[in-house]
Amino acid sequence: MSKGVQRLTWPILGLPAVAWMFFFLVVPFYVLLCTAFGSIDPLFRNPVPAWNPLDWRFTQVAVVFERLFGPDNFYLPPVMRTIGFVLIAVVISLLIAFPVAYFTAKYAGRRKALVLTLLVAPFWISYMMRMLAWVNLLQTDGIVNNILSLGGLLPIEVNWLAGKWYTVVMGLIYGYVPYMILPLFAALDRISPSLLEAARDLGAGGFDVFKRVILPMSTPGIAAGTLLISLPMMGDYFTTELLSGSPETSMIGSLINTSISSPGQSGQAAALILVLLVVLAAPMIWYTRSTSTAEARS
Amino acid sequence: MNRKISMTPKAHGLATITVVYLLWALVPVAIAVLFSFNAGRSRSVWQGFSLRWYTWDPNGSILNDPSLRNALLHTILLALIATAITVPLGVCLALALDRWRGRIPTGANFAVLLSFVIPEIALAIGLLFLITMLTTPFGLGTTAQIVGLVTFQLSYPVVIVRARLLTIGSQYEEAARDLGASALGAVKRVLLPMLSPAILVSAILVFADVLDNFVIVRYLSSDMSTETTSMRIYSTARAAPTPALNALATLILVASLGAVIIGWLIYRRLGKNDGGDVSFGSFTGNV
Repeated sequence: MSKGVQRLTWPILGLPAVAWMFFFLVVPFYVLLCTAFGSIDPLFRNPVPAWNPLDWRFTQVAVVFERLFGPDNFYLPPVMRTIGFVLIAVVISLLIAFPVAYFTAKYAGRRKALVLTLLVAPFWISYMMRMLAWVNLLQTDGIVNNILSLGGLLPIEVNWLAGKWYTVVMGLIYGYVPYMILPLFAALDRISPSLLEAARDLGAGGFDVFKRVILPMSTPGIAAGTLLISLPMMGDYFTTELLSGSPETSMIGSLINTSISSPGQSGQAAALILVLLVVLAAPMIWYTRSTSTAEARS
Repeated sequence: MNRKISMTPKAHGLATITVVYLLWALVPVAIAVLFSFNAGRSRSVWQGFSLRWYTWDPNGSILNDPSLRNALLHTILLALIATAITVPLGVCLALALDRWRGRIPTGANFAVLLSFVIPEIALAIGLLFLITMLTTPFGLGTTAQIVGLVTFQLSYPVVIVRARLLTIGSQYEEAARDLGASALGAVKRVLLPMLSPAILVSAILVFADVLDNFVIVRYLSSDMSTETTSMRIYSTARAAPTPALNALATLILVASLGAVIIGWLIYRRLGKNDGGDVSFGSFTGNV
């Protein structure tokens, strides 16, 4: 093989995937931009994308901003709600994930493989099935109410699935907490036991060891886990739709999903996605860059 | 020393939290599986064991309701095809990114990592607009669903194979080259066998993740014939379904677990051949 052909081996090998990513990731994103900055056909109510960036108009984006910050700001409650739900869900997920990951990394001993397998198990169970499981349990005549009322003795009948915010937040935690546990476990597993012993020998109490050794060393895991669960939660609409279905608990994802299915609103859906992407751009790029530098370092 | 630590009240507290968490995480699903075998229509009152919702109910069972049967088969079809495209595409890109220097590979690497964190709804709707607003060689339906799934999943094989390439290093390939192998020959005869565990793990991950996918397959579907299990659960979970819906979800769970178990058996064989760690823990840890 000549040197020239040799040099071309790797680009040729990578080309199919590069072309694929160009046509099906970059181009769709451009179409999204053109739709968000395009107009709506007045007669057929279908979106008319502006293919030339010079023709981009901010009509759709202005509509979205009007609904977010204008006098009739009916987009704002779902946005604030999403932020609130995600915050609560991330904090509770951390509170669940940290002890579980810490136990698995440091105390599980011979049972480590078993515990790890069980912790990974939710990954192999489809998200929809896990939500279906809770829909079954939380029906008005379901098992949860049955247990709470001690089999019908007490007059307790909570309508869990009728627009209750705590049901939705519980669903989000249930759905996403496994993704928090694994990066945390990876970070905690790397802390050498001799380091903890050294800290104790130097006179650190239990809380000091946690605050000054364990916590700083698990920060990358906490950051990765927080991002891994909060990014998909921000675009989630199916959890609230399945566990509540009420506009009282609708999220940003629900706004996008509703506008995409209403005629004449595709442009607003595109603009909403853009707003979401702009807000999430900083964490997404941070995650992407920290992943690639971690790759380069290892 | 270790034994002493594991006896402390702190360890007991942590163990209790872990057990309670695992029960909370897994028992609801176990109950959903159990009720797929319910003889009656209820999803909360046990009325006896039966395979009614799988096989013999004349209208409502998976075997006899064409729409349920189709949802099951379509989900598995999508998972098989998407895996068959994603994995080779991703492995080739990982190999290329490892040696190819310049702007295009840097951009491609960034795009792959970005596709991992971008909210799924953005990619799905971008593709939906692309297909509905431009003249594309394919319309909404199976092909569109596969295109979306492959794009979304491509990062798995790329990231996993690249991580493995970094630990392998370049010495084996260089030795092969010194012995007269061509660049591609060295990849094929030396690197690919060493990469096979990583390729296997990414294939199982992609397969299971596609079975689970909802957002992409829903926005890029065309009609009832391209409905998947996840879409079916979404549209009927709140509309008084029968345990057949649980049965459908259970079968997808079986497919997913089946892939993991088959994958583990192959992984163990591969591991034995080069004397690596073959425990299930190392497999699931990799996953």
